[in-house]
Amino acid sequence: MGNPCAVIGVGQTEYRAKRTDVSLAGLVREAALRALADAGLTFADIDSVVVGKAPDMFEGVATPELYLADALGAAGKPMMRVHTAGSVGGSTALVAASQVQAGRHDRVLAVAFEKQSESNATWALSTHSPFSASLVVGAGGYFAPYIRAYIRRSGAPANIGMMVAVKDRINALRNPYAHLKIPGIDLELVEKSMMLWDPIRYLETCPSSDGAVAMVLGSERAAAASAAATGGRPAWVHGAAMRSEPMGMAGRDSVDPRAGRDCAADVYRQAGVTEPRRQFAAAEVYVPFSWYEPMWLENLGFADKGAGWKLTESGATAFDGDIPWNPSGGVLSSNPIGASGMIRFAEAAQQVRGQAGEHQVAAAADGSRLALGHAYGGGSQFFAMWAVGAAKP
Amino acid sequence: MRDIAVVAFAQSEHSFTDLGWTEADLVMPLVNRVLAATGLQRSEIGFTCSGSNDYLVGTPFSFVAALDTIGAWPPIAESHVEQDAAWALYEAWVRMQHGDIDTALVYGFGKGTVGDYGGISSLSYDPYYVAPLMPGDVGMAGLQARALKDAGFDVDPDPTPPPPTDGAAAVLLAAGDVARRLCARPAWITGIDHRIEAHSLGSRDLTGSASARQAAQHAAVGAGPVDFAELHTRFEHEEPLLRRELGLAEQAVVNASGGPRKADPIMATGLIRIGEAAARIHDGSARRVVAHAAAGPCLQHNLVCVLEAAEPAGPAEPAGPADAVRTAEAGED
Repeated sequence: MGNPCAVIGVGQTEYRAKRTDVSLAGLVREAALRALADAGLTFADIDSVVVGKAPDMFEGVATPELYLADALGAAGKPMMRVHTAGSVGGSTALVAASQVQAGRHDRVLAVAFEKQSESNATWALSTHSPFSASLVVGAGGYFAPYIRAYIRRSGAPANIGMMVAVKDRINALRNPYAHLKIPGIDLELVEKSMMLWDPIRYLETCPSSDGAVAMVLGSERAAAASAAATGGRPAWVHGAAMRSEPMGMAGRDSVDPRAGRDCAADVYRQAGVTEPRRQFAAAEVYVPFSWYEPMWLENLGFADKGAGWKLTESGATAFDGDIPWNPSGGVLSSNPIGASGMIRFAEAAQQVRGQAGEHQVAAAADGSRLALGHAYGGGSQFFAMWAVGAAKP
Repeated sequence: MRDIAVVAFAQSEHSFTDLGWTEADLVMPLVNRVLAATGLQRSEIGFTCSGSNDYLVGTPFSFVAALDTIGAWPPIAESHVEQDAAWALYEAWVRMQHGDIDTALVYGFGKGTVGDYGGISSLSYDPYYVAPLMPGDVGMAGLQARALKDAGFDVDPDPTPPPPTDGAAAVLLAAGDVARRLCARPAWITGIDHRIEAHSLGSRDLTGSASARQAAQHAAVGAGPVDFAELHTRFEHEEPLLRRELGLAEQAVVNASGGPRKADPIMATGLIRIGEAAARIHDGSARRVVAHAAAGPCLQHNLVCVLEAAEPAGPAEPAGPADAVRTAEAGED
């Protein structure tokens, strides 16, 4: 894992359907300036900048790091642009952390964004390769069959997905940055919403958001300096990993992907986690469609195979449960796709820093337990995760 | 920093016409070649990183198709940059500095023949004030060529682009003793750095490249004589500019491979510079070489990599007797 690495600053924009008040550069700069202020730093203190986002078709700007260099104070510095499909927010955080862990830099600014109002997400997510037919199904149409397979395998009751949708939207009411806020949300409201991709209803799917998130990652020296300047405490990276597997392989289980299990195992090994449900105080997990909560509960080892839905049903993953999942409201409440993974990573860090505000999980606030940040992408084939804690590993 | 070397390099037979090759067709043979050259198994690769551009073929996630071909099973530690794969090599080199992995596979690919690069490159400029003018890479290069001509450089102020190219490249990196085991003459990376500068042309002096100069200084190009340099010069006027900013002496041979003017598979072109430079070390024809990759209008973003035949001067890893013999042999070249 290399040298210790800490999250010393976090900044988020408000997530909205349309941020017509800012340009792309204005959007990323808003998040970056907030992260720098949180760390007690300015652009001049940053050694390197890493930008991540999902396909460039979302905004119609190819390789946008070139244009964003000015707004992110990157001139004269190294700048990277990560793209690993939906997991990219997580991967971007890991590429930035890697530069600190390698001993290459002391302070790295990681920024992830999407301004989805600039285009049509379903079109931009459907491959139009000249070499194969396009189904134009977008993400919902792609993942619905996996969800149906999960329900058939596990025998989960039909209302589990709706329970997740209600829980995450209630959590979002405590998050000032969240996009979807639906006061009075309940099972009946979700059930009555339109069926989009059976079994995914309208209120069981993520929104399409504009937004950006930024983190300043620092070395031991940088973390000590920031803590002295701001009085805040950093979140230390205890484990970090990426895993990828092919999309087109007959032998893979796309419902319970091995890459996800292997990635979690790698992170848990580094962080000394053997009982995730007990050792994590909170988890921010990439759940873009409601049913992915029980599916990832199993894939990440919080529940036995086929039993993930029972945790959701028992209320264990609710804000007042023993292992809250997505106390921020998650991807179901805010989804600027390229940023969604890094928002998970950043929210996990805020939990162990005691900086999560109204959605602070009480058990995470004292920093004695870890928090998990998770992202996935492609055809359930790209994974990025980290475990963060208040104690220096 | 940990000693890391390029131990194998392969590139496709680049084509100026669309031969119907998919990303898979382009990448898989090259991965097989670098593995065969070193005797490594896929399962022994510690990290994989690639570079490509979705807009070239007009589809999102073009790197997903390439991943299907490299045998990512069991699942692999893998990442991707939407940049030239030279930056993927940089990411892999940084990742190897953690000390827990000894090998990394890097590849890049581009199908330039199926798209309109003038239009695509315009989409990578400021989307509010510049992209709507659709200046294209050639128009932007023209501004720099004219600025250089007016500043007294002997260059053609009317640049022509290289032909659109389909192609790919793969590089295998290895650390310390593993590099010595896999390759008779490893090309040791003794300096690597990249810098970006302002995007807005109005705030730049186009007769120089501050970012190329900074990257060259941080990579310590000037610490010794340079035998060969492979420069990412898509336009002829960029060579005298980069020669000056990198501090290359007259006797340094530039783009002995033919350079990007003869093969420009976008997003692999920069990685090929590193591979071609390393190949001069591998074949014993050079002791110290420089590779350069660039991105953005008028050389906005520059990466510089110095490769040497001699062991790096940094803290040596403990070497066994067999490795000591190999080191001595390399020293006699």
